[in-house]
Amino acid sequence: MSTMSACPACVAGPNSDKVEAYSHKPNVHLSLPTIHCAGCIGAVERALMAMPGVSYARVNLSLKRVAIEARGVSVDAIVRALDGAGYEAHPLDASVLGDVENKEERALLIRLSVAGFAMMNVMLLSVAIWSGADGATRDLFHLISAAISLPAVLYAGQPFFRSAQRALVRGTMNMDVPISLAILLASAMSLYETLNGGRHAYFDAALSLTFFLLVGRYLDQRTRSAARSAAKELSALEVRTAQKMLNGKAVEISVDDLSIGDLVLIPTGVRVPVDGQLMTARATTDRSFLTGETASVELAQGAAVQAGEINLGAPFQITATAVGEDTTLRRLSALVETAESSRNRYTNLADRAARIYAPAVHLLAFAAFAVWYWISGDLRLSINIAVAVLIITCPCALGLAVPAVATAAIGKLYEKGFLVKSGTALERFAEVDRVVFDKTGTLTLPETSVSLDLLPSNEKPYVLALAQASAHPTSRAIARALRDVTPVALQNLQEMPGYGVQGEFDGSVVRLGRGAFIGAEFTGTGFRFGDSAAHEIPMVETIRPGVETALEGLSALGLDIMMLSGDRSAAVAPLAKRLGITSALPGVTAEEKHAAMQEMEHDGHHVLMVGDGLNDTASLAAAHASLAPSSALDASRNAADIICLRESFADLPLVLKIARAATRLSKQNFAIAACYNLIAVPVALLGFATPLIAAIAMSASSITVLLNALRVGRVS
Amino acid sequence: MNILAVLIPISLILGSVGLIAFLWTVKSGQYDDAEGSAARILLDDDAE
Repeated sequence: MSTMSACPACVAGPNSDKVEAYSHKPNVHLSLPTIHCAGCIGAVERALMAMPGVSYARVNLSLKRVAIEARGVSVDAIVRALDGAGYEAHPLDASVLGDVENKEERALLIRLSVAGFAMMNVMLLSVAIWSGADGATRDLFHLISAAISLPAVLYAGQPFFRSAQRALVRGTMNMDVPISLAILLASAMSLYETLNGGRHAYFDAALSLTFFLLVGRYLDQRTRSAARSAAKELSALEVRTAQKMLNGKAVEISVDDLSIGDLVLIPTGVRVPVDGQLMTARATTDRSFLTGETASVELAQGAAVQAGEINLGAPFQITATAVGEDTTLRRLSALVETAESSRNRYTNLADRAARIYAPAVHLLAFAAFAVWYWISGDLRLSINIAVAVLIITCPCALGLAVPAVATAAIGKLYEKGFLVKSGTALERFAEVDRVVFDKTGTLTLPETSVSLDLLPSNEKPYVLALAQASAHPTSRAIARALRDVTPVALQNLQEMPGYGVQGEFDGSVVRLGRGAFIGAEFTGTGFRFGDSAAHEIPMVETIRPGVETALEGLSALGLDIMMLSGDRSAAVAPLAKRLGITSALPGVTAEEKHAAMQEMEHDGHHVLMVGDGLNDTASLAAAHASLAPSSALDASRNAADIICLRESFADLPLVLKIARAATRLSKQNFAIAACYNLIAVPVALLGFATPLIAAIAMSASSITVLLNALRVGRVS
Repeated sequence: MNILAVLIPISLILGSVGLIAFLWTVKSGQYDDAEGSAARILLDDDAE
């Protein structure tokens, strides 16, 4: 069609890129947060293929990513090209992203399909046997079933066998021990019966058990890998380059290649990549990520600068004193990862149930065997009954229902912009009775914003023109606030790093900058037109959207709300009053926060910590459950259970509601499964269990719990 | 009953064809981007 012939790449190599899609090695990965439809895929791929040097581009709409093979084109040029096509693009660090394909998930899907195929065929053969096939026909059907199911069970059941083996080697019990025992014993006993012309064979039961449990395992794996890859993508988005000074010139290199003693240039508005010592005479930095304090910090030559601080003033240089894993920032994050926090010891519902369930099942089966052997003296009959008990009691509800509930709940939360990172997070969120918020960057937005109340509106066009000339965070905040204003044209624009910007309009000097720079009384930022009165543009904190709704919803759920902030009392108290938070503590250090968290846990509270900065990291790890906004520091995101991907916190109460519903449904499913067992186990113990009854009991209970699990999607 | 000797292998072979076809779809990555595949059918690129 005409639209396509306009694309030079298609004319150059018709269709060849699609045929050989899998022989390409993409070397550039970009995140495209705004794509959503077929038109976007077409536009992005056309724009990329039209670039010389790009030999392959394929959009993945589910992941909102594009993989590109490009030679001799810079990533910046590609991002600019996509920007021109109207799509926001962010480069992803391929080494952080890791293997795009998920091998484990695929292997499970293959095992699942083998088990499903074998189950269907053996079920068909079983129907003939249950309908009354006899003698040689029955034996033939049993033999064919054995030929199909033995290899299938041995192949498809491996995840259970391996996990059971690991548990037994450690001397512990998990759910996979009774599962493996049931599958293997049922198969072995059925084979023995088949070879001896017996009436009962449980091949279909062994296979459907494997199949249903693999469905649970697959759902579990999928949810976790989706969360992992989304979390990895957040880390991969972080720019990991630094400006190293070589012979007086700045060279851009990867942060990993910096070594101690290197002179590093920190431009305005950029985060310091390594720990270092200030070499420039003066510097102004923002430490809010590290301490929660919103006021900027003034540093003099020789002062220590920590990785994570943001340069608010003129560009400065530091000599690196600690790099890579040794920076304070990384050391703290590593500490969090290895720390034995309360949640590493947390046992989830399924495991707690398994601890009671597994020994009980074994004892019951063994008792059935012993009693029957004592009554009848028939070894074969006794083993048959023991196996029937094992199959009927097998924990499909635990293996299938819990992952199914978790998958449905986590999927629902992801739709609402919450990324659940930890497997036990939902259960812990359901137990929360108190929520502790950090202030800076959590209840307020991390970007600084300004108040223009003191600025006369006729001065706004000049202020915008000046602000647009600078990359300083304050200037950018001013420019953002004045989006709707049309700037005027100024002459002789120049930036005085660390002080402000100045320009000329009709011969009058206009200045935007610090109080001292524009000759005003105040110390903050201001604007002055010529010699007329200066007007201050004070910095204010913006409350994160949706916070009011969230706090209301959380109170309605019966939760205590607290605020612990590292910031000054003057900044904390008004905000707490505005939001109606009665218990707010200012000036709390990272250690004090952590201690407060432990104390509350000690008093029997289950605390949900919501925070973003380095000063929250330890508390996030120590709290019973934790949540971080996506703007949080890497270390804090690692420590948190759930990440809020959207800016708004309005859906925060929904997380707790869904978590509570998920836990309630899991418990309900255990009850349903127990009911089935209550009916079926006596039948098996009395020796009336036929393979037909086993198949019905197992399938019916699995399908019931699965359907019940899906109800979690109806929470609102 | 001799018909069984024909019908059972046929049913198994047909089942295996289904299984192998499914395994192929998994291996060739057709489940990697379900949303994208659904959208791509609308793309207008048939006259290249």
